[in-house]
Amino acid sequence: MSDARTSILSKLRTTRDAHPLTPPVSDYAPIEAKQWPNEERLPRIRRLMEAVHTEFLDATEADWPAVLRDFLAREGVGSLLYAPETDAGKRLVEGWNAGSTTLIPYDRPLESLKPQLFDSIDAGLTTTRGAIAETGSLILWPTAEEPRTLSLVPHIHIALLRADALYDTFLQVMREQEWAQAMPTNVLLVSGPSKTADIEQTLAYGVHGPKRLIVLVVQP
Amino acid sequence: MDGNAPDFAAASLAALADPQLRGNFRRAMDGLMSKRAVQFADAGEWHGVRALAASVRLRALSKLPELLEKLEETCTRNGITVHWAATTDEANAIALDILHRVEAKLVVKGKSMVTEEMHLNAVLEKDGIEVLESDLGEYIVQLDGTMPSHIIMPAIHLNTKQIAHLFKRKIKDAESREDAAYLTDLARRVLRAKFQAADVGMSGVNAAVAETGTLCLIENEGNGRMCTTVPPVHIAFMGLEKVVEKLEDVPPVISLLPRSATGQPITTYVNMISGPRKPGEQDGPREVHLVILDNGRSGIYADPELRDTLRCIRCGACMNHCPVYTKVGGHAYEAPYPGPIGKILVPQIEGLAKRGAMPHACTMCNACVEICPVKIPIVEIMGRLRVEAVMPGGAVKDGGAQASRTEAMVWSGWAAMNASPTAYRFATAAMSKLGNAAPSSLPMLKEWTNVRTKPRFASRTLHDLARAKGIPDV
Repeated sequence: MSDARTSILSKLRTTRDAHPLTPPVSDYAPIEAKQWPNEERLPRIRRLMEAVHTEFLDATEADWPAVLRDFLAREGVGSLLYAPETDAGKRLVEGWNAGSTTLIPYDRPLESLKPQLFDSIDAGLTTTRGAIAETGSLILWPTAEEPRTLSLVPHIHIALLRADALYDTFLQVMREQEWAQAMPTNVLLVSGPSKTADIEQTLAYGVHGPKRLIVLVVQP
Repeated sequence: MDGNAPDFAAASLAALADPQLRGNFRRAMDGLMSKRAVQFADAGEWHGVRALAASVRLRALSKLPELLEKLEETCTRNGITVHWAATTDEANAIALDILHRVEAKLVVKGKSMVTEEMHLNAVLEKDGIEVLESDLGEYIVQLDGTMPSHIIMPAIHLNTKQIAHLFKRKIKDAESREDAAYLTDLARRVLRAKFQAADVGMSGVNAAVAETGTLCLIENEGNGRMCTTVPPVHIAFMGLEKVVEKLEDVPPVISLLPRSATGQPITTYVNMISGPRKPGEQDGPREVHLVILDNGRSGIYADPELRDTLRCIRCGACMNHCPVYTKVGGHAYEAPYPGPIGKILVPQIEGLAKRGAMPHACTMCNACVEICPVKIPIVEIMGRLRVEAVMPGGAVKDGGAQASRTEAMVWSGWAAMNASPTAYRFATAAMSKLGNAAPSSLPMLKEWTNVRTKPRFASRTLHDLARAKGIPDV
């Protein structure tokens, strides 16, 4: 037990008890009131995310691997990193015609993948846990099967968004999915490609993270 | 007065004389203010979410010792090592211990105001460890060998041309191009190599959740993600006030912070980190450390009036709206936190002997209070610090350090004059008759008359006018 810890906590407790603070009740109603009808959520998410250079592709459960393959070929994307143990990863490789894009499985620890990941992989594919209408944000829930750097290091991040997994607010998704019961190592909200305005407030995309964010909307 | 104290008045005058600097700030702050206004166009929503966020911060402060203990418990359960530091020296020593143990040679840092407070970069460099700021604005400032001038936009004092010159001088093979996209891409190339090679990543914390042991970090660039994901060790630094009670308390803070700061509905990335890499996971740091820093905060907490300073969520909106900050810029303060929040926070941390001038750099216009997303009574606290600066024996370090014998005599004379009807009548009559003859170059008057017309005394006092209307003196 460090001296600093003991003295800090003791000082805080003594002074707080001498001058207790009664905070007002936290009324979450102003956030809970933010609701959009089903049919408005996706257009709103698209509008907000397109305003910050996110690109959208439309697909169905049946054809999303083909839609993605066509997109990658059209854009000249040479390599796609994916998570082989996820359902999406398994779907992706089913019937993948060896064309212009090479599929690379993320099947080893970061340390042994680092040079390739930073230097030669063009794109990464991840799933999402849905999206948030209030702010136009994707919810990423990295796991042992779907590592964090898939959505971070490659120049293009492609995210699968199921059109029936849309939420109104961050608070709503946190409550409905019961995040507080078991947080994973890392949760992310992603609302566009990497950007900065640090040079004279001029927006520039792709400063450290992905330069492009492609959302593949999958209709059930 | 501390002989080494920053001379705010002199630095302000130098800033005011620099038209390039004033132009850069004017343009930037006007832009930030109008973008923020768009985000809060719905007044009802603003008031509701603001009241919620203020209650979240106050509730956290009301349970601060218990929440810090809970945070330590949940973080530890998640595998995060928690360290406590009473002073910046202790925090730096903790960082160095970790770096030495893992034999770190290269550190990449995300934006962290607490490490600015600690002067951590200088400490690491002195120890022979290369440390690289990775937020683009911080990287620019580091290359320039200066300090951030704004807590959200550290390089806002420089324009594209100045940054292009800087990159040309400091980065190998840089072309001379005044183009933000080119300069950004150049920084990307330099920093990606560093992220890949770094032994340790460092970051700040926007909110730490006691309930779940989660560190929240918001950012636009992805450098925060890089620093907290790619190197094998992550060290996060937070002031002890950054704790919140529940995970549900994060959305109101996240809702207000980027909207207040830069007028964005949300930042590109909201990171929620709840531990190091688990067995079976392929990436993420193998060690995560959290350093909880006091550095005078427990002293601020001890005073029920000053305690509100600790509500701050570091959005920087008060700076963007401050008529003083907007004119002189961030460097004039020579402090880790400039602007209104700096004017109340820094003197409390560093003491009034060194920082007693800061609370005086305020017009009391209340703009900062009106836009503060967590309703900090900045101007009231500023008033309190002004009193403490001249009155020994108060709660703040070095109280009374700014006391001036001349000022004390003037105020004591003023009090005596107002306490005696005869003295008051004599003095007001004298000022009506003779006041206008006083030259505008008089000491204490000339600072005002340098840039303003000298006020004129009326030929008849209010009492004279009242008596003329038949209203008797009491």
